[in-house]
Amino acid sequence: MELLNKPLRELSRLIREKEIKPSELLEELLDRVKSTEPKLNAYITVCEEEAVKRAEIADREIEKLSEDEVPELFGIPISIKDNINVENVRMTCASKMLENFISPYDATVVKKLKEKGAIVVGKNNLDEFAMGSSTETSYFGPTRNPWDLERVPGGSSGGSAAAVAARSAIASLGSDTGGSIRQPAALCGVVGLKPTYGRVSRFGLTAFASSLDQIGPITKNVEDAAYLLNVISGQDAKDATSARVPVPDFLAGLNNEVKGLRAGLPKEYFVEGIEPEVKEKVLEAVKKLESLGVKVEEISLPHTEYAVETYYIIAPAEASSNLGRFDGVRYTYRAKDYKGLVDMFCKTRSEGFGDEVKRRIMIGTYTLSAGYYDAYYLKAQKVRTLIYQDFERAFESVDFIVTPTSPTTAFKLGEKTADPIKMYLSDIFTIAVNLAGLPAISIPCGFDEKGLPIGLQIIGKAFDEGTILNVANVLEKELNVNNLPKL
Amino acid sequence: MKLSREEVKHIAMLSRLELKEEEIEKFQEQLSKILDFVEKLNELNTDGIDPKFQIIPPQKVLREDIPGLSLPSEKTFKNAPETDGKFFIVPKVVKK
Repeated sequence: MELLNKPLRELSRLIREKEIKPSELLEELLDRVKSTEPKLNAYITVCEEEAVKRAEIADREIEKLSEDEVPELFGIPISIKDNINVENVRMTCASKMLENFISPYDATVVKKLKEKGAIVVGKNNLDEFAMGSSTETSYFGPTRNPWDLERVPGGSSGGSAAAVAARSAIASLGSDTGGSIRQPAALCGVVGLKPTYGRVSRFGLTAFASSLDQIGPITKNVEDAAYLLNVISGQDAKDATSARVPVPDFLAGLNNEVKGLRAGLPKEYFVEGIEPEVKEKVLEAVKKLESLGVKVEEISLPHTEYAVETYYIIAPAEASSNLGRFDGVRYTYRAKDYKGLVDMFCKTRSEGFGDEVKRRIMIGTYTLSAGYYDAYYLKAQKVRTLIYQDFERAFESVDFIVTPTSPTTAFKLGEKTADPIKMYLSDIFTIAVNLAGLPAISIPCGFDEKGLPIGLQIIGKAFDEGTILNVANVLEKELNVNNLPKL
Repeated sequence: MKLSREEVKHIAMLSRLELKEEEIEKFQEQLSKILDFVEKLNELNTDGIDPKFQIIPPQKVLREDIPGLSLPSEKTFKNAPETDGKFFIVPKVVKK
């Protein structure tokens, strides 16, 4: 446990300096997975056999290498959200539809991790097709929050966040369409980074809402997040929306210099409905920043109150199109009894998808259908422009924006499942960031009275992950929040 | 706005979903609520505002046409529910 409590960077150093063997680290991690999984259900698939084999090979290989020659992630076990392809490993997207799907190739991010020597240890649970905020819509059952097993870990990357918090993962990659990395990171007391849209290739990520989806790291600390961002970033010929922009060294950018930076506090994010303790802890953290020489000013993002509504038109519209491919022809599941082709499509999809996925497909189909397109979809895309412009204007006077990540701490299982809109509102502070394509990070900033972690979100300018990582790193050290749950 | 049963059945058909009787009622209520919820956007005047379909400016994505390997067919068909190794097999769609 002592070993697993160390950050990824530290473990990587221990391996490179040959203080520990890759197989020793893996063995300890697999033991931890076995002891925590009955409580958490954070993994859908554990690649034990393959990982053990790779770690044994790594043990032998490292003997032949000098310290400088050992790749930076050599022998480091990493877990991956189960909507990202890992070659020859099952990828379910937490759906009955893909229960038996075996990935034919590696996602670009996975390829990059493997090139640095990482070992994929397993696939983390999520809301079905990443649609949800609590990991309760998974076909394989909900993941539980390691801080309180009666509560949700957030979602949709709930398995990733819960595993990192419980130390049954060293780090994980998640995906964030409306808050799916940051909100679970906040609710589980770990670090979650959503990069700028286009920073990281989406090739091999199962598309949910293509104009919003982005892959990012979930880690124990900010330094690990910066390091993993270094590894996974960059333009990719296989993703035409990956941006041709230089990738700075985010790790080297952690220079602890925050004096003179300007922080914005959007008044629309500190309104009624937010738990008082969440507001209090976030503002305390802001005070710390102020004491370090950051200039804090109130700003306004006037269209914030329209973000969730805008999202729940755009995301389902894109989803209804993206999920059209699951038709019983190419992707494993096909209904048994049907009469003809269309009936086969309908029965396959009705049996294979869960309720939340069906709801979103139907909403998307409706808002894109003839006669409704202008009123819903086009309207939402115009409001998206207004939300984008809010940020543009704000960033004329500030360098970064601080908000709570989630209006509440972790809620109880079942608390919001009956009312979709209640669930949708748990992403009220994270959604606008996706609509505007910006980078944002969530870090733990304290606890509420129940002992549940509170997350603080830092939003940056497009492609300026460097600033938010730097600020997050300083704040993390300053706040020194315990991030190890008693499990 | 309240969707009718017929509308829900029509949307399901367009979505290639088949709903059971009890599901129609449930989705009728839930989808109506969601549509009421997003109505809020109509408070905003968006005349003259361009839609933001894509967040990053269009970039040059053309590259040299260099032949390369694509996914081998055995991998492509591995996940097919029905295949003969060369084709995906679907229910017959043409009448004799």
